[in-house]
Amino acid sequence: MNKIVYKEQLSNDIYKIIIQAPLIAEARKPGQFVILQDGGDFGERIPLTIADADTEKGTITLIIQASGESTMLLTSKEVGDSYDNVLGPLGNPTELDNYGKVLCVGGGVGVAPMYPIAKALHNMGNEVKIIMGARNKDLFVMKDEMRAIADELILITDDGSSGRKGLVTEPLKELCEEWKPDVVFIIGPPIMMKFCALTTKPFGIKSYASLNTIMIDGTGMCGGCRVSIGDDTKFVCVDGPEFDAHKVDWNNMLTRLGTYKGIETEKKQECLCELKQKNEAR
Amino acid sequence: MHITREELNKTAEDILSKYDGVTLTAKDRAGIPVQEMPAQDPSVRITNMEEVNEGYTEAQVKAEALRCLQCKNKPCIKGCPVGINIPGFIAKAAEGDFAGANQVIKESSLLPSICGRVCPQESQCQATCTVGKMNKDVNKAVSIGRIERFVADYVRENDCDVAPEIKKASGKRVAIVGSGPSSIAAAADLRKAGHEVVMFEALHKAGGVLVYGIPEFRLPKKLVQHEIDNLKAMGVEINLNYLVGKTRTIETLMSKDGFDAVFVGSGAGLPKFMNIPGENLIGVFSANEYLTRSNLMKAYDEKHSRTPLWESKRVAIFGGGNVAMDAARTAKRLGAENVTIIYRRSEEELPARVEEVGHAKEEGIEFMMLHQPHAIVGDDKGHVTGVKVVTCELGEPDASGRRRPVEIEGTEQVVDFDTVVVSIGNTSNPLIKQTTEGIDVNRRGNFIVNEETLETTVPGVFAGGDIVLGAATVILAMGQGRKAAAAINAYLGDK
Ligand SMILES: Cc1cc2nc3c(=O)[nH]c(=O)nc-3n(C[C@H](O)[C@H](O)[C@H](O)COP(=O)(O)OP(=O)(O)OC[C@H]3O[C@@H](n4cnc5c(N)ncnc54)[C@H](O)[C@@H]3O)c2cc1C
Ligand SMILES: Cc1cc2nc3c(=O)[nH]c(=O)nc-3n(C[C@H](O)[C@H](O)[C@H](O)COP(=O)(O)OP(=O)(O)OC[C@H]3O[C@@H](n4cnc5c(N)ncnc54)[C@H](O)[C@@H]3O)c2cc1C
Ligand code: SF4
Ligand code: SF4
Ligand code: FES
Repeated sequence: MNKIVYKEQLSNDIYKIIIQAPLIAEARKPGQFVILQDGGDFGERIPLTIADADTEKGTITLIIQASGESTMLLTSKEVGDSYDNVLGPLGNPTELDNYGKVLCVGGGVGVAPMYPIAKALHNMGNEVKIIMGARNKDLFVMKDEMRAIADELILITDDGSSGRKGLVTEPLKELCEEWKPDVVFIIGPPIMMKFCALTTKPFGIKSYASLNTIMIDGTGMCGGCRVSIGDDTKFVCVDGPEFDAHKVDWNNMLTRLGTYKGIETEKKQECLCELKQKNEAR
Repeated sequence: MHITREELNKTAEDILSKYDGVTLTAKDRAGIPVQEMPAQDPSVRITNMEEVNEGYTEAQVKAEALRCLQCKNKPCIKGCPVGINIPGFIAKAAEGDFAGANQVIKESSLLPSICGRVCPQESQCQATCTVGKMNKDVNKAVSIGRIERFVADYVRENDCDVAPEIKKASGKRVAIVGSGPSSIAAAADLRKAGHEVVMFEALHKAGGVLVYGIPEFRLPKKLVQHEIDNLKAMGVEINLNYLVGKTRTIETLMSKDGFDAVFVGSGAGLPKFMNIPGENLIGVFSANEYLTRSNLMKAYDEKHSRTPLWESKRVAIFGGGNVAMDAARTAKRLGAENVTIIYRRSEEELPARVEEVGHAKEEGIEFMMLHQPHAIVGDDKGHVTGVKVVTCELGEPDASGRRRPVEIEGTEQVVDFDTVVVSIGNTSNPLIKQTTEGIDVNRRGNFIVNEETLETTVPGVFAGGDIVLGAATVILAMGQGRKAAAAINAYLGDK
């Protein structure tokens, strides 16, 4: 049982939840995640990135977007309640290094898992620029935290309600041309990651994307999280979650993510793709 | 025709009254027909998840026990990997002393209610049984497993199992990694010796393959839970949601948490794929994923479970072992109209238990023997639409002694399917190896251990079950757990 010690609603459907998990807090490194299961026998196992941890208090921070039934139920719990099961830390930590110039691109709730990575890279002495994208200004999470560690923070929204108007790929392309980062880290919705990868590829800049596939166990047992990386099949939970963004078979990953999606959301995705492509063509 | 439990019971009662007070010759005994296992009607059971086999009635157990010759040389015992005193417990069962029979079994096996259900008896204890030999048919041997199952169920239901004696505290601590049959057996024996025993399981439920893999209709989860509860009652501490290697390493468990020894029973939980084109299409699952969704996550209970299932009409199962049969029969119960097992050899070589194959057939599972999948094909949405197969014929025997399948040129064809479950087995999960310095593994990733003690190449760290044997059986895993526990007891005694 893992007790909820803090809860804050960051936006319409995004929550910051701090839970007791002393062993995970002690062992975790940036880039790793947990799997949370709640609701007795019938609850789903949900992967969530560890956005931050406090080893003294023995807590970890999760940023959860209530995107479906299970995440809605998880975020409907209150301080004092507990989650039945939390497993972690899972996956491999981010390869932190003295790269020099680091560009971090976070989209939507993906900013949360980006935070510990950007923070660690900043603390190691890298020059860190951050692009944060969201549909509108209400959907930005962890803006202040990010500002505190960034050498430059670029905000961009689909509707222009905060920062620039447009998509993250635009400032990304400009920075690749002008600032020439040594490495790019990308976390966000898969479709965004795909287009970011396509953006950095012509520049030959090493790019890492953190993949959020469908998972069950998170220990390498089921293979449900598998993706095609170059010519190989890899399991995101044990071989990832970060991979060379230029080698990921994005289309396969996007279709596999849609395995259980109803026709409606499929339409939504197609529409999103169209918008992105239109934008590309522009 | 389906024969009901009542009818089978009647037959058994007739046999018992016929031989009541009669001195039986060996020929008489071997001539008594095998008591059939009562089972749910196939047309009914494919609509539910309840156990298929209903278990013998008391009369059936006694009638089946009459078939045992009490052989002097006891060949059956040599066939059982843990050497249960089979004639001993059968003699007690024949007298109706089921508590006594249970005590005989428990000298060697800790999980009879499970092994009685899932052991491949036809290739173990029953393979060497004299009655089978006399009848020239292994399936006409004494039904040792069915009697064993009855005895174990009887003592559980009548609460007359003996609680194990626990020696006084030794002051030593042992960590157990995993909670499958090898770990359950090791934990019980170590706890009996008076050690403090803490079990660490990655999943949110204990039991290993017994809970996430083998389906409810073959092994009810309440039986596994009963064994886990027994461990708890003995004072074994069970920590779920703890992935050794990630939450903490074995090294930290020993240096910081004060464990004097570790037993690793982490199993063979890494699914094999065929590495053919199309395996990452939507609608292709490993058997582990398919079965875990249904069993552990209870997705078969669509009303309550929040874990979704892929809707299937035509399901192809690759493979011919127990895992494949489980996947096929699960698919049927989840509503598939057509389920086909695609296997590259002939029916004779199917590695699955005979009972499982029989049950699958009764349930309408189709068998496409002597076919090898070459590719999975899909549509423009990335969904599976079919499997490209090629016909095989049997050639010369290979290293395993089974005749090698040889593909026949020009026989390629595409068969329509919307779902594929790859059930060609599992290999060992590399996590512990990757996170524990000094653990040596063989080519297949199985831990290299001292044959006598099951100690790994790291002092104080022992291992058993599938992580050592490769994907094996419940009884072998349990046997290794006990063997390692004995070695750990000796190791801690000397320390
Ligand atoms: C390694 C990893 C780290 C993650 N970290 C976070 C995090 O920090 N915060 C967070 O809010 N979410 C995170 N996710 C995504 C999160 O696990 C999913 O949003 C969640 O499983 C959806 O569950 P649901 O039942 O509520 O929604 P569902 O009803 O299953 O789905 C709702 C919508 O989300 C889509 N979806 C389903 N599964 C995923 C998935 N794994 N990734 C993306 N979309 C999905 C569905 O297609 C559907 O459109 C992470 C996923 C992975 C694999
Ligand atoms: C579908 C299926 C059907 C089968 N049918 C039969 C049958 O009919 N008859 C038969 O005899 N055998 C059968 N088997 C084989 C049998 O189940 C196994 O041989 C047996 O369960 C192996 O036991 P084990 O103790 O080695 O490990 P497992 O039962 O595999 O348990 C290992 C446990 O360790 C946990 N674990 C792994 N790594 C870690 C870690 N790092 N930290 C913490 N926990 C960890 C896993 O989550 C798992 O719960 C079947 C197997 C499958 C998959
Ligand atoms: S444990 Fe298995 S092999 Fe041994 S007697 Fe029982 S059923 Fe036969
Ligand atoms: S070999 Fe068969 S008949 Fe002989 S003792 Fe064993 S079970 Fe009985
Ligand atoms: S989530 Fe099951 S193997 Fe990765």
